[in-house]
Amino acid sequence: MGMHIVVCVKQVPDSSQIRVHPVTNTIMRQGVPAVVNPYDLISLEEALRIKDRFGAGITVLSMGPKMAAEALRKCVSYGADDAILITDRVFAGSDTLATSYALSSAIRTIGRDRPVDMVFCGKQTIDGDTAQVGPGVARRLGLQQLTYVSKIEAVDPGTREIVVHRRAEGGVQVMRTKLPCLVTMMEGANTIRFAGMDDMFRAARYDVIEWDHKAAGIDDIARCGLKGSPTVVRKVFAPQPRANKAEIVETAGRSARDVADALLQTLFARHPELEEEIGP
Amino acid sequence: MSSEEHARAPSAAAPRRADGADLGAWRGVWVNVELERGRVHPVSWELLGEGRKLADHLGVPLSGVVMGPDDDATGEACAEAFRHGADTVRVVRDPVLAHYRTDPYTQALTELVERNRPEILLLGATTLGRDLAGAVATTLGTGLTADCTELRIDDETRSLAATRPTFGGTLLCTIHTLEYRPQMATVRPRVMAMPKHDPQRTGVVVEERVALAEDDVVTKILAYIPDADADKAQLAYADIVVAGGRGLGKPENFRLVRELAEVLGGDFGGSRPVAQAGWVGADRQIGQTGKTIRPKLYIAAGISGAIQHRVGVEGADVIIAINSDPKAPIMDFATYAVVGDALQILPALTEALRERLGRRVAA
Repeated sequence: MGMHIVVCVKQVPDSSQIRVHPVTNTIMRQGVPAVVNPYDLISLEEALRIKDRFGAGITVLSMGPKMAAEALRKCVSYGADDAILITDRVFAGSDTLATSYALSSAIRTIGRDRPVDMVFCGKQTIDGDTAQVGPGVARRLGLQQLTYVSKIEAVDPGTREIVVHRRAEGGVQVMRTKLPCLVTMMEGANTIRFAGMDDMFRAARYDVIEWDHKAAGIDDIARCGLKGSPTVVRKVFAPQPRANKAEIVETAGRSARDVADALLQTLFARHPELEEEIGP
Repeated sequence: MSSEEHARAPSAAAPRRADGADLGAWRGVWVNVELERGRVHPVSWELLGEGRKLADHLGVPLSGVVMGPDDDATGEACAEAFRHGADTVRVVRDPVLAHYRTDPYTQALTELVERNRPEILLLGATTLGRDLAGAVATTLGTGLTADCTELRIDDETRSLAATRPTFGGTLLCTIHTLEYRPQMATVRPRVMAMPKHDPQRTGVVVEERVALAEDDVVTKILAYIPDADADKAQLAYADIVVAGGRGLGKPENFRLVRELAEVLGGDFGGSRPVAQAGWVGADRQIGQTGKTIRPKLYIAAGISGAIQHRVGVEGADVIIAINSDPKAPIMDFATYAVVGDALQILPALTEALRERLGRRVAA
């Protein structure tokens, strides 16, 4: 049996493919493929490695619309054992505080059958980019909070100790703590594995468990969705186009060197202070 | 969630803070002065500069919060906070705070907030600041807006209007925390300008006590491995930056970017696509999801200038674009542009600069 690990994932639009409608200034979501938030897959892979070494049950958990079941099925194809989607209209419009409330309630419910030893979250999502939900879940569940982990150095299911490398601004903290803990992984820590044939077949047939707020163990719906969100988005807008276009530097000469000389001449004539800055 | 859904949110309800206190009881602007291993992250001073404007607009004091061990560096951080604009510094000196760990820092900052009730609390969007902000906001049950690019006060509601990019930098949104206090926000390094340093400026230091005990802290620091280049100026703070994008064609050509950066005495980076392709390290990615830079001179070679890149570089004083496409978006925000092949122009610039510097040495 081993440990029980919950991995929180989010289905996100592939943000590189989002376009803004030039006239209405609204987001054009149609046709934008939905993917598992790439940072979540780094955390999932780390959980799978712990499963490989010590044996563990992995439950993937997501909050979102029913279509998010597809993202969870993808995680099952990589080797997750169970997948739970909390989906309910009361969750609509949740900010990070309300999201961490819903997810932590669900994790508490999951833990009733089998206590949870570790929770993994993505470092952040590519659509929200806040990096706030992981710490929120850790706080609400009283888990040791390990964010920006570049490496899990050791896990001991016996002593329930874990040693990780955590990225700080000018270096790496080597930290030891106790389970239960919540980990968010840095990019570059690993690469998600290829799904095996068996798991792919299992995922194709797998019925994702769907929970409404009651099943997730939430009694107070005032803490969910818009009602439970202290932040209010008052305006969404496209960045102002700049009025000043670049001054194109042109030259009589045609060679690259002529262009370079002309550019430097313009630059240092207009910005003599830069002359002081340059040099190895 | 859509903006329409948000617009329907009830906004006239009574304050929902657990203690039922009136919003007006929360006054003052606070900035977390991020002290780690004896060094203050410069984003703290940038935030004090921004916090000063907010505090002046509101007519309230600006306070820095310093948490650290009882040593000289902590004292110096307090003094520097005044020189960057703080009126008051609230300091917690405790050996438990010698290294950053979520639990004791969260406990200390949460207690200080509950005791003193600031209306606004700003933190740097660093690995420390984001970790701490998320934990503190959850403990206080208040709103937190990440990675803001603009902060101002909405006079009608006396609330913080925090603008941030969303959807990977394709759009901006303005977020308010209307009914909860404090209003929390994080800002990434270099997004705000460094305020003037006034060596004469001083203020009031308030010693705050928080009951911290090492035995209560589960997480222990075993070692700290400083980065090899930790002492060098970091890319975000470089005065001159040269960056390359997909227009360079292949990873080998990135050498041309490094060589120009070297002769200029600057640093180098890459756009998101080339960072994702591994042409440069992820820590050298420039843009909304990478580093924000504010150099005196920025040279972008073969970078089209998508919005997510633009928001990371538009604080530069002078931007030079080298691009073969005269219609590339970067032409709309660069200062000067050269329409041409970056693979030819980069080495020509390196050569011309090398000769120029050679003349300077000779003269």
